[in-house]
Amino acid sequence: MSSATPVDVDEADLLARLRAGEESAFEQVVRTYGGRLLAVTRRIMGSDEDARDVVQDAFLNAFKSLNRFEGNAKLSTWLHRIAVNAALMKLRTRKRKPEQSIDTLLPAYLDDGHHEERFQSWEEPVDKAMERAETRELVRKHIDELPEGYRTVLVLRDIEGLDTEETAKMLGLTVNATKIRLHRARQALRTLLAPHFRSVPS
Amino acid sequence: MKCRELAEFLIDYVSGELPEETRVHFELHLTRCRNCHAYLIQYESTVKAGRIACGEHSDELPADVPEDLVKAVLAARKLI
Ligand SMILES: [Zn+2]
Repeated sequence: MSSATPVDVDEADLLARLRAGEESAFEQVVRTYGGRLLAVTRRIMGSDEDARDVVQDAFLNAFKSLNRFEGNAKLSTWLHRIAVNAALMKLRTRKRKPEQSIDTLLPAYLDDGHHEERFQSWEEPVDKAMERAETRELVRKHIDELPEGYRTVLVLRDIEGLDTEETAKMLGLTVNATKIRLHRARQALRTLLAPHFRSVPS
Repeated sequence: MKCRELAEFLIDYVSGELPEETRVHFELHLTRCRNCHAYLIQYESTVKAGRIACGEHSDELPADVPEDLVKAVLAARKLI
């Protein structure tokens, strides 16, 4: 992802201490990067408890493969990637709940192809609304409500910033299926957010 | 182009991947249909809202890593 980014000085030092097996270095890594990894895995897994297990697995995987870490990448980026992979792995192996339908959150159309609903501009520009912590919290809550197979695509594409091909590969989907899922996930999230972003007549 | 078709093209439109000819029809529809125009803006706003809510600097990052997680990782490492 960011292989061209120069290595931070403290990361280089930290890495050397990790490779030397210093206990305090492992602790420092967990304390420094654990929060971020919890946040991203929480988003993918949809629960705090699962996120914790995944982050623990991710750190252990990382510690086991320190010799495979390439010095020209950032430690934070590398850990992040390992955590995302660990989360997806856990989703694949855990018992699949039957997929929830997303249809009720998609726009409905009349027979003539027009939207059933009348859409109006949201009262406030989104940048402004998102300045409030409660709105950010609410958006995260609704992302968590998306059916798993849609939430993961939305998180990887729109939040993690992976491209469609990478996302498809990580999820074992075709590029086309990934695009369809992303589009539906965004439409569903829009439906969930709409009541909170009140409309003004245009 | 019907509103229903326009909605299917949204994802490619916002990422600039809509083929020229389709884009012309898409934009023509937008100039005539307030409803689709509003829907487009809401769709883009939704993507942006997600990004801001979960972004790198978002406030969901726990200030401290839970102590029991730190302990659990360090203990498990010794068993590797
Ligand atoms: Zn329309």
